[in-house]
Amino acid sequence: MLKIENLTVMRDDREIVKDVSFEVNKGEIHLILGVNGSGKTTLAQAIMGIYPCKGKIIFEGKDISCVPVWERARMGITLAFQEPARFEGLLVKDYLMLSAKDKSLSRLEEVVKMVGLPRNILFEEVGENLSGGERKRIELASVLLMEPKLAILDEPDSGIDMLSFKLISEVIRKMKDMGTAVMLITHSEDMINIADRATILCSGKVIATGDREDVKKLFKYSPCPLKR
Amino acid sequence: MDKLIRREYENLVKYYESSGGNSKALLSKDYASMVINEDRVLAKNSTDGIKIETEKIEGGVHAIIRIKKGYKAKNPVHLCFGMLPRKGRQIIKSEIVAEEGSEVKFLAHCIFPNAVEIEHIMDAEVYVGKGAKVEYEEIHIHGKSGGVKVLPKTHAIVEDEGEYNTTFVIKSGRVGYVDIDYEVHLKDYAKSMLITKIYGKGEDYIKADERIYLEGEHSSGVIKTRMALRDRAKSEIIGKTVGIGAYSRGHVDCTEIIMDDAEAIASPVVMAKNPKAKVTHEAAIGSVDKKQLLTLMTRGLNEEEAIDVIVRGLLK
Repeated sequence: MLKIENLTVMRDDREIVKDVSFEVNKGEIHLILGVNGSGKTTLAQAIMGIYPCKGKIIFEGKDISCVPVWERARMGITLAFQEPARFEGLLVKDYLMLSAKDKSLSRLEEVVKMVGLPRNILFEEVGENLSGGERKRIELASVLLMEPKLAILDEPDSGIDMLSFKLISEVIRKMKDMGTAVMLITHSEDMINIADRATILCSGKVIATGDREDVKKLFKYSPCPLKR
Repeated sequence: MDKLIRREYENLVKYYESSGGNSKALLSKDYASMVINEDRVLAKNSTDGIKIETEKIEGGVHAIIRIKKGYKAKNPVHLCFGMLPRKGRQIIKSEIVAEEGSEVKFLAHCIFPNAVEIEHIMDAEVYVGKGAKVEYEEIHIHGKSGGVKVLPKTHAIVEDEGEYNTTFVIKSGRVGYVDIDYEVHLKDYAKSMLITKIYGKGEDYIKADERIYLEGEHSSGVIKTRMALRDRAKSEIIGKTVGIGAYSRGHVDCTEIIMDDAEAIASPVVMAKNPKAKVTHEAAIGSVDKKQLLTLMTRGLNEEEAIDVIVRGLLK
């Protein structure tokens, strides 16, 4: 479904992602694992079209390297930011409706419940009134409602408690059940058990990609051997 | 109502309805209301607790609205000020007196749909009695040409434990030239919030000079401005809170988004004359927030659509 070929991303004249190649298969949960500063977020954002890059990003057989962000989204790719933006004056229900395929209130309520939020949050602003955890869950709800072909989730597990961690894992599994491929960006190996396959990123380079158990062992043994 | 006035009334009410006004309320005995076109009062209605008196003055109307002591209005007072011709000048001098313990909300629609060269001058004196509460929501409907000059001026005194809140919104059409001049004096435990939300385009010019004097102990006031400007529109915003009474609290909060060749100046002024007062401010002017833009674009909105969602939210 997604094929990354020799991708290099520069930021402020520095190579952050270096000649990276890997694949994400249709309907799989693919973990991008790496310690802080390994280039995971830059890679995720480059796939979404936020940063220009060298190399190829092939989605469903088409090179989308030059396609703008919103067109990639309309093709079925989305990205949930690690710290999603807040919007003054925009209600949660209106925010969710922007991307929802099924815009009915009953579907919105169902999805909000799925991510562990109360129904009445739909009528609150997507503003500073929400806690960090609530905002993250609303982002997951928005992705669920969009029903994308590929969801890139940037550290959905950061800054959350164990209970929320369990819930987020369930939501990611539900996405997979719906036929969405999930590219999960994380620095924590705790997430690896829900993945089908994984790729380790270290100092901007792929040092391993493949079956989750093999990658898990390698990450445990040496998460980033290229780092000094 | 004679035939000519009825036709004038119906024309104005047509615009009033399309801007979200409740035309049934204008004709209901349960609602205090007043409809003015140019310098003519087309209709007015007082209720048991709210008395509206008007007199013609040169170029406009002088209106006195009195809310009886302890009267808590269930229905809002509907006001409709219009200028249907393309050119002209309208002066509305108003006195609002909310007696002790009363509560009232005003919904004022100012309608200038055909304006090419219109001047609308609003000069209000507001007195909010002890423990009374007045809310004044002013919604403007302008035409597409931007040929309207709006000069709203309010001087308000809010007695102990009283509350006075205003919202000024230009809902549709071009702003033209707006010069807001509000001054509020708060006594002990009195509160006030002044909100202004405007979207300037083309050559629009927006000036707002709003001042809250926190004279009483424990009084509190907020000046909140939300502005979006594009093309060559300009704005000049001054928000001033002066902490005079002990434990008074004031805050000025201004956010402006600018696009294209628009220009904005925001000058929040905080002044304290009592060491026990606290006045704060925040002001931000900038382009559309990149993170907000990208978040919406990852959901499939193009740049124009995303900006529209962000601006509409800010001005909501």
